[in-house]
Amino acid sequence: MGTLKNGTGRIAFVWRHSLGFSNFNLKIWKEFMGERKIRVLVAKPGLDGHDRGAKVVARSLRDAGMEVIYTGLRQTPEMITEAALQEDVDAVGISILSGAHMALVPRIFALLNANGQGNVKVFVGGIIPDEDVPRLMEMGVVGVYGPGTLTGQIVQDIRKAVGEGVGF
Amino acid sequence: MNDVILLVDSVRQGSRLALGRLLTQVENDTEEGRQALFHLFRYTGRAHLIGVTGAPGTGKSSLVNRLAYQYRHPAEGTPARRVGIIAVDPSSPFTGGAILGDRVRMRDLAGDPGVFIRSMASRGSLGGLAATTAALVDAMDAAGFDIILIETVGAGQGEVDVASLSYTTLVVEAPGMGDDIQAIKAGILEIADILVINKADLPGVENTERALRGLLQLAYPTSHTLGGDFDDPASRGVGSVHSGYLAWEIPVLRTVATDGSGISVLVTEIDHHREYLQNSGGWTKQERTRLESQLDHLLKAELVARWRKTISESRVQSVVDRLASRELSPWQAVGILLDGGGG
Repeated sequence: MGTLKNGTGRIAFVWRHSLGFSNFNLKIWKEFMGERKIRVLVAKPGLDGHDRGAKVVARSLRDAGMEVIYTGLRQTPEMITEAALQEDVDAVGISILSGAHMALVPRIFALLNANGQGNVKVFVGGIIPDEDVPRLMEMGVVGVYGPGTLTGQIVQDIRKAVGEGVGF
Repeated sequence: MNDVILLVDSVRQGSRLALGRLLTQVENDTEEGRQALFHLFRYTGRAHLIGVTGAPGTGKSSLVNRLAYQYRHPAEGTPARRVGIIAVDPSSPFTGGAILGDRVRMRDLAGDPGVFIRSMASRGSLGGLAATTAALVDAMDAAGFDIILIETVGAGQGEVDVASLSYTTLVVEAPGMGDDIQAIKAGILEIADILVINKADLPGVENTERALRGLLQLAYPTSHTLGGDFDDPASRGVGSVHSGYLAWEIPVLRTVATDGSGISVLVTEIDHHREYLQNSGGWTKQERTRLESQLDHLLKAELVARWRKTISESRVQSVVDRLASRELSPWQAVGILLDGGGG
């Protein structure tokens, strides 16, 4: 019985690893030979100077295989949308802790549309009162993330919104 | 096809949206991107391509920011030049993701329609650039930028690809990065057309400058004489091609990118280098070198891709199995996969 157990264990081990190996090769092949990468701009508009959350999200998206353009603190909506244009991103993540979201987010949407980038998905994170969340979603925000959000959730939502492999 | 023509026309007419989209297509090496470059290639070859490389943390991005600002706001009497920037940061070898953070240092350029900044991830490529950086440069060149600044990933000693891509290569150093032995070791110093000591307000700048100047005298003992040959890589940057022109002496300049000191001198030296190349015939030679190296890269990639289509994954894996059991040596394995023998 013991040897049988060992035997099956080894087969399972080998099978899993050979599968893993070829998947790995395929992944490398696809990723480095021209599959479209999801590009995300992570930006902090307004005056609050606390970007830990934005950095955590940027890092998580990187670990999920996305290319993250990080622009740093105190960006104006004009700077953010200009960067989104030059970088041709699929999504923009905005971190706001200052309470200015109801002024900043509509401005960013207006500028994205004016630039011909209405297709860009917008995500908002930070301190957003519950009653503002539906209003933001109405404007077209794809997701709003407060403290305690699992980063995996953000990754999943961005992938879904952007549509993996779309863009070719 | 019509989409491609529309894209190409929009880029030529200065649409920034179209340029952003084109760069994505080119970076991802799509059929549309290739078609667009086919139409745009004849408009390339006009921009002054300037490579900026150096170790991580020496201030490359800040320097690029200041340089571009200086080109946009020159001394009176000189026209402002349009600047394209391509900033490469590394991709994670594990997930393929990347954080592209060079824009953080380039805020002074925001809102200027004469500047276009594009970040790109290295996507597994070694050498300090990405596989499609040269094609992105071509696209920006065709879009009509006068100056294109190419910032490499933070480079160690071997990331020297930028030298074959650009006409003028700046190597950025900072005080306290190592003694004169490091200066002799660092292979990257050999590709410099101009050596920049950034953060020159830090202590130790005299030592760094002395080490670099000492290195130049050791490495290029003939730099004060006529002769030398541009085709000889050992004398790149110092060779004089036609008699009558003095060899290019590599300047060592001090800058402080955060407050702008030394930047106007740097811009003047970059212009001198371009004049030197144009007068000595080095410009044309460097252009041929660049095109040939680009062709070489594309040929290699295409050959591998075509060959890879002819062979199944299981066949590769079976050869790897035989490698792992030491039945084959690596060269035998290559022979089997390429020639199909001994299967």
